[in-house]
Amino acid sequence: MAELINLQILNRLLGWAGVDLPPSHLAGAVLAALVHGVILLGIVAVAAMFFIWAERKVAGRIQDRLGPTRVGGRFGWLQALADGIKLLSKEDVRPREADALLFRCAPYVSFAASFTAYLALPFSDGWVAQHINSAVFFILAVLGLEVFGVILAGYASGSKWSLFGAMRESAQVVSYEVPLGLCVVVPVFICGTMNLVTIGNMQTGWLTNWLVFHDPFTFAVFWVYFTCAIASVNRAPFDLAEAESELVAGFHTEYSGMRWCYFFMAEYGSMLLVSGLATILFFGGWHGPVPVFDMLGWSSMGGVLQYVAELAGAANFLIKAVVGVTVMIWVRWTLPRLRIDQVMTTCLKYCTPLAAVCFLGALGWQTGMFGLAAGPLWSPNQLMAVKQRGEYRESWVLKAEAAAAAEGSAAQAGRPAASGDRDEPDVSGETEPARSSATGAVGSPLSRKGGVG
Amino acid sequence: MDHQKLFDQLRERFGDDVRALVVETIDPWIEVSAERLEDVCRLLKNDAAWQFNLLNCITAVDYFEPDAKKAAKVDWKPHVQMLYHLSSTTLKHTVVIKVRLPRWKDDVAGQLPEVASVSGIWRTADWHEREVYDLMGVMFVGHPDLRRILCPEDWEGYPLRKDYVMPLEYHGIRNR
Amino acid sequence: MASHLGDPRVVEFDVRTDEMLINMGPQHPSTHGVLRLALRTDGEIVSEATPHIGYLHRCAEKIGENLSHRQYIPYTDRMDYLAAMNMNLGWALVVEKLLKHEVPERGRHLRVLMAELNRIASHLVAMGTYGLDLGSFTPFLYAFRERERILDLFEEVCGARLTYSYITPGGATGDLTEGWLEKCEAFLDQLAPVIEEYHTLLTSNAVFIRRTAGIGVLSAEMAIDYGTSGPVLRGSGVDYDLRRDGDPWYTGLYRDYKYEVIVQKDGHYPKDRDYPPVPAEAVLGDSWHRFYVRMLEVVQSVELVRQAMERYRAAKGDCGAPLKLTQRLPKGEAYLETEAPRGQMGFFLVADGNAIPWRVRVRSSSFCNLSITHEVCRGCLIADVPAVIGSLDIVMGEIDR
Repeated sequence: MAELINLQILNRLLGWAGVDLPPSHLAGAVLAALVHGVILLGIVAVAAMFFIWAERKVAGRIQDRLGPTRVGGRFGWLQALADGIKLLSKEDVRPREADALLFRCAPYVSFAASFTAYLALPFSDGWVAQHINSAVFFILAVLGLEVFGVILAGYASGSKWSLFGAMRESAQVVSYEVPLGLCVVVPVFICGTMNLVTIGNMQTGWLTNWLVFHDPFTFAVFWVYFTCAIASVNRAPFDLAEAESELVAGFHTEYSGMRWCYFFMAEYGSMLLVSGLATILFFGGWHGPVPVFDMLGWSSMGGVLQYVAELAGAANFLIKAVVGVTVMIWVRWTLPRLRIDQVMTTCLKYCTPLAAVCFLGALGWQTGMFGLAAGPLWSPNQLMAVKQRGEYRESWVLKAEAAAAAEGSAAQAGRPAASGDRDEPDVSGETEPARSSATGAVGSPLSRKGGVG
Repeated sequence: MDHQKLFDQLRERFGDDVRALVVETIDPWIEVSAERLEDVCRLLKNDAAWQFNLLNCITAVDYFEPDAKKAAKVDWKPHVQMLYHLSSTTLKHTVVIKVRLPRWKDDVAGQLPEVASVSGIWRTADWHEREVYDLMGVMFVGHPDLRRILCPEDWEGYPLRKDYVMPLEYHGIRNR
Repeated sequence: MASHLGDPRVVEFDVRTDEMLINMGPQHPSTHGVLRLALRTDGEIVSEATPHIGYLHRCAEKIGENLSHRQYIPYTDRMDYLAAMNMNLGWALVVEKLLKHEVPERGRHLRVLMAELNRIASHLVAMGTYGLDLGSFTPFLYAFRERERILDLFEEVCGARLTYSYITPGGATGDLTEGWLEKCEAFLDQLAPVIEEYHTLLTSNAVFIRRTAGIGVLSAEMAIDYGTSGPVLRGSGVDYDLRRDGDPWYTGLYRDYKYEVIVQKDGHYPKDRDYPPVPAEAVLGDSWHRFYVRMLEVVQSVELVRQAMERYRAAKGDCGAPLKLTQRLPKGEAYLETEAPRGQMGFFLVADGNAIPWRVRVRSSSFCNLSITHEVCRGCLIADVPAVIGSLDIVMGEIDR
């Protein structure tokens, strides 16, 4: 998304308007950020609405009924919108005992965390709002912030039930970050990068190239990941924070109207996010089971055909992510809820050791520990090396190198080096030097600071 | 079940405090005095021959006719009657124990009649006695936690008494 | 500097955990109506649970002193509104016991038919709402789907879907309609395989077992001591069922019916060879056993309904006409307990010779079943409180009357 919007659409539009605002320029960066933010907000909001509808529809079918049928003509596809309008028109009630400021901002904190994580989630090859080298890390870290909204809501509501919900949520989410992180590390070290675009691109080819089929341990670790993901986004059977039969409604007991709705947008947003992450880390991301576009050669052709291939990739990605969310919905309407101690037991006694064993196992597999061969064991999975392992560099290193090279050449040409008048955020680089040069980002203060080899 | 035998045994043990046995009725009953009720109940529960381990129900019936014309026709004096329906889950038999209480203690209106609590014998009596206290106004001596159970704590009067008059309002809520 | 506990600075910096007093109910999703539990908790652990009842008190006993026995039937409907047929039956039988009035043979089988059918409906709700209490929504709708069909059957026979007022002293308000038995047969044929589904969703579900097995253990002695009855009592392993052990006026209904009391004997339930085995974690008297007894009673009731239909078809004559509104009750008193779905439902009737009783007393099964709450909820987790309350299957209408 970044290149597409920033370079092609945005620049062309601006070029028509006669303004030259490259994303490296402050105003250009703000404009690009706004465009990305709005698009992502649209994606999250539409996804949340879609999943609310899907949840009702799936629950209906599971429970031997129809679910919504009337609103919007057939299938009740406008039901979520109708819900939204209803929620907008509802009174925004705040209990007298509540802490006004915290109570009001808690839903936004929750939603903002869920939304921010999307910044680093690629939807197709290169379609990401912000290329981040450590995207996996960023997503996990930001997703973990969602719990703050919940804790704030529970604390600020001035209700004991809310407080219970918040305490449960904090205990649960913080615990589940451990196995979740361990699970995520497995694909990361197999691929050798935290960059989600690179991880996705390494799984190109037939479906056997998906990381989940890389070895038995990645297959196992996916299920652990999925369990922990359900727990970390607070879905049944781990929805203890809002356990309606125990805590009335948990942390959002006192919320109504739109503020309440934000919690749900955050929940559904997070669901899609963790499913999307699973898709990229384990299920080949935007690569379909059959590499149709690779065979046709469209995906590297450039121009409209590559765009079509990338669009198909995005559809591919979304379908897989939606399947993941549907499985979560399915689980929710099938299983009873666990108890808080059982949730913690599941995390600490089963998920964490399992994830650790898988981690070690995958490590052994990768280094040939189980066989006599010195190299990796045979597997149908042939990860496509985007480049040699030794070539993985953080973008700031690459930038420094590029800048040093440019400085060297500039010195050779006998004119002073163009000094960067603005500090670029460290995380905003691109992995591949080709793209990095394509963005036209030039100059870095790093070279002044002595550079980094 | 041989109610006569039970009656004889109780009579032997408690003397005149076990007042009467009526068998020619739908549910045979034994009347005991309020003073010895607890002892009788303890024996009924613990005696291996009877094993009345299940207290089905505690009922209080108010025998009082507020209408003077009708009151002249009745064949009883005003009193409150307590009924304890007992049965045994092991021997599968039942008995009814009756206790006759005055409507008011020492005939001073407002002084609740007293009877020993059997909640130490059957724990189910705890709630049943609270209910009887709540609705009929019988004081159970020795009950661990005698509070109103169905009516609000500050409710006045005992609704199941025949001379009960519904208060006109309760905390500003019109009742009639 | 010497510090003592009275020093406010010491208290301020001391890390203490305070007990928290929480009101669970009367508007709480899992207290089955308007039960209020005052929970004293230390974190998630409940140290004390005190039930407060009376929010649904409708003076049913007082009303009974002002209405004729026939007029009182609709009030019995509203006690245990999930098993109104059984409530009607209880009242009808106590009036008949006082009057020494026997219903014809056909009426007797009709009553068994209705009572057992209503027991199935009631247990289905109990099962569904129990799933709901444990956070599983789907079984609830499955249960209601089957219950709807029973309600359809009831509606056809008496016009009401919840408060039937169908069984009256003397008989019933009407005979079965044409083709009713065939519809009932079809329903039973359809229900039998569905029960397997419920067992898959709940009884043998690993999460369900972990949530219920060993939770809220009620020993047999305590169960009897607290006067619990029905599935709660039998779930504790006490072999006591009024259909077999009750008053002759009631057991007479079930004479020559074949059934086994659902209770664990020698480590086995009568029908557990066909259904999921008792899990190793379950302790006799825990929530799982109470639930399981209910599930097996559904099967038992299905068989009883089949028998009742067969006998109803074979019996000649009518099924009894309701007594007149002004039918005077002979002077005397009668107490009768029936085995309602929730336990022993007792009615006590004192008559002074008028059609209007002198005193009506209702012994509620849920009332006694609920009174064990404070005993079994002590020391459990907050999440276990709904698990225990749900397994008692209380109906507040009956408790508060």
